[in-house]
Amino acid sequence: MKAFNIAGKEFKSRLIVGSGKFPSNKILKKALEASETEIVTVSLRRVDFESKIENILDAIDVKNYKLLPNTSGARNAEEAVRLARLARSAGKENWIKLEVTPDPNYLLPDSVETLKATELLVKEGFVVLPYINADPVLAKKLAEAGAATVMPLGSPIGSHRGLDTRESIGLIIEQSDIPVIVDAGIGAPSHAAEAMELGADGVMINTAIAISDDPVKMAEAFKLAVISGRKAYEVGIKPPKKLASASSPLTGFLR
Amino acid sequence: MSFINILKSADMLGFKSHARNVKISDVKDVLKKEKIGFKDYITLLSEPAAELIDDIALKSRHITNKYFGKTILLYAPLYVSNECENACVYCGFREDIPERRKTLSLDEVLKEADFLYRKGFRHILLVSGEKTDKVSVKYLEETICGLHKNFDSISLEIYPLETRDYSKLISAGADGLTIYQESYGRETYKKLHPCGPKSDYEFRLAAPERAALAGFRRVNIGALLGLDEWFDEVLALGLHAAYLIKTFWKTQIAVSFPRVRASAARYSAPRPVSDIKLVRMICALRLFLPTVALVLSTRENEALRDNLIPLGITQMSAESKTSPGGYSASASEISAIAAAQFEVEDKRTLAEVMEAISKKGYDPVLKDWDKTYL
Repeated sequence: MKAFNIAGKEFKSRLIVGSGKFPSNKILKKALEASETEIVTVSLRRVDFESKIENILDAIDVKNYKLLPNTSGARNAEEAVRLARLARSAGKENWIKLEVTPDPNYLLPDSVETLKATELLVKEGFVVLPYINADPVLAKKLAEAGAATVMPLGSPIGSHRGLDTRESIGLIIEQSDIPVIVDAGIGAPSHAAEAMELGADGVMINTAIAISDDPVKMAEAFKLAVISGRKAYEVGIKPPKKLASASSPLTGFLR
Repeated sequence: MSFINILKSADMLGFKSHARNVKISDVKDVLKKEKIGFKDYITLLSEPAAELIDDIALKSRHITNKYFGKTILLYAPLYVSNECENACVYCGFREDIPERRKTLSLDEVLKEADFLYRKGFRHILLVSGEKTDKVSVKYLEETICGLHKNFDSISLEIYPLETRDYSKLISAGADGLTIYQESYGRETYKKLHPCGPKSDYEFRLAAPERAALAGFRRVNIGALLGLDEWFDEVLALGLHAAYLIKTFWKTQIAVSFPRVRASAARYSAPRPVSDIKLVRMICALRLFLPTVALVLSTRENEALRDNLIPLGITQMSAESKTSPGGYSASASEISAIAAAQFEVEDKRTLAEVMEAISKKGYDPVLKDWDKTYL
């Protein structure tokens, strides 16, 4: 399987795992291990740099994982930029998963503010991974603005609906020269495999693992799905056929 | 349009007649739907639905996990004053019980805050009675500024204000507002709030929308359960929450379920709400409004609180004291100086509550916001 490269850094795993919504730090830690992920997102609003009580950072060993802070909760570009700076000053981390979601109900991304924040953050030297609607034109604009990847949603966060946006994601993949990571809405390993078969460079999963009855086993299931989807993509999948092939071709007489 | 007009024009009689005609098969049909409307919400609150409470609870848990994960956010109330010029019949702070009244100085507030911070709390709810010469907007601004350094989320449970005053408190560092209508029934409200500024029903009813307009990120509503007919209150509450979610799409709306508790007012609720009714309303609201935050305080006892964790609740208070100065002073000291608003039922420490949440398979979360947002 080909290695996966974001902003010059190579990763073996193409599965990114989100750390929210888990029933405990212990389960989160085990699920991360089972997923064999190398990139873990963490919501800055959940991080407490001052507390002595166990918190989410204790579950994520930064020696084993690339920590990818996200700006979840930011309502506009200005707030997202401020949060990104906080992450950098606290953890010296210049990778940021950009989430600008003014609607707290369905957490859909604000395209206008996401583009604005990307431009600002790239200028400040951040490696920006924006979470976006599956909008091919926006994806091109973000690439031009210097985004390291684009992360289009398959369907709304936590919806488990899979690739409702399959056609648009196909266009984004076709036109993109930066990695495309399908983020949000993936509810089953088959959805993850589907995204990989379609040619996505990676997928990002959180809720489907976190709220599963067995998050550790589910994390492993997603790991396998991503690998199998990617392998199939690299080999090339034959398109389905409606008719059986004739054993003597109709145009055989021409040869 | 304000919610005042929406509630006025709501066809309560029609809703009631719908509820009377519900058959158990109608409830089953609602449970098959992915998204439900207000009529379906009424169906879930009808009497035949009580038989299917287990199926409704199962769906409520599933939806809550999907949107909020297996987490419970914890907060603590910080009472800054029990002085009040209202005479709410059920409340321990009413003005005709003048004993043991106190408004904390900023230093005293910071002492209380320090206790809560060291415990691990990062989300606090600042609570006050209505005494505008003592707890003025300026007092609140200064208090919020003093707390902002340590707390990531500061919500307020205070008397209703005009939009411009709410804006001042947001600028000072507050991000949430809690205001209960107490009773949505105009007549009941009038009887229970006979005098003082709180007797203005409409000013209070429109406070959540003024708060959202001013820019609070979280607005928490509720009805004080036991004052009026359960069914009427729950319908109005559902309408109110749905209205706020739709109108103020950037605001996280939360609903609380306070039941009348024993207090110095020696008031007994004329229409007490049973545990089963409490569970039914929590689950029905969850199915109707999947993304609404649902809050449960220490007014409820340990066993019930623990059992409600997996049914739809997303936020809980813990180790609460309901008198100003209650954290930094000993229990006997404080009961001599400052009266409590009501008696707390769940008296466990924060650590004990966190352990109980973990035992239920949920992650107790102390921080889910950051002061950097403001």
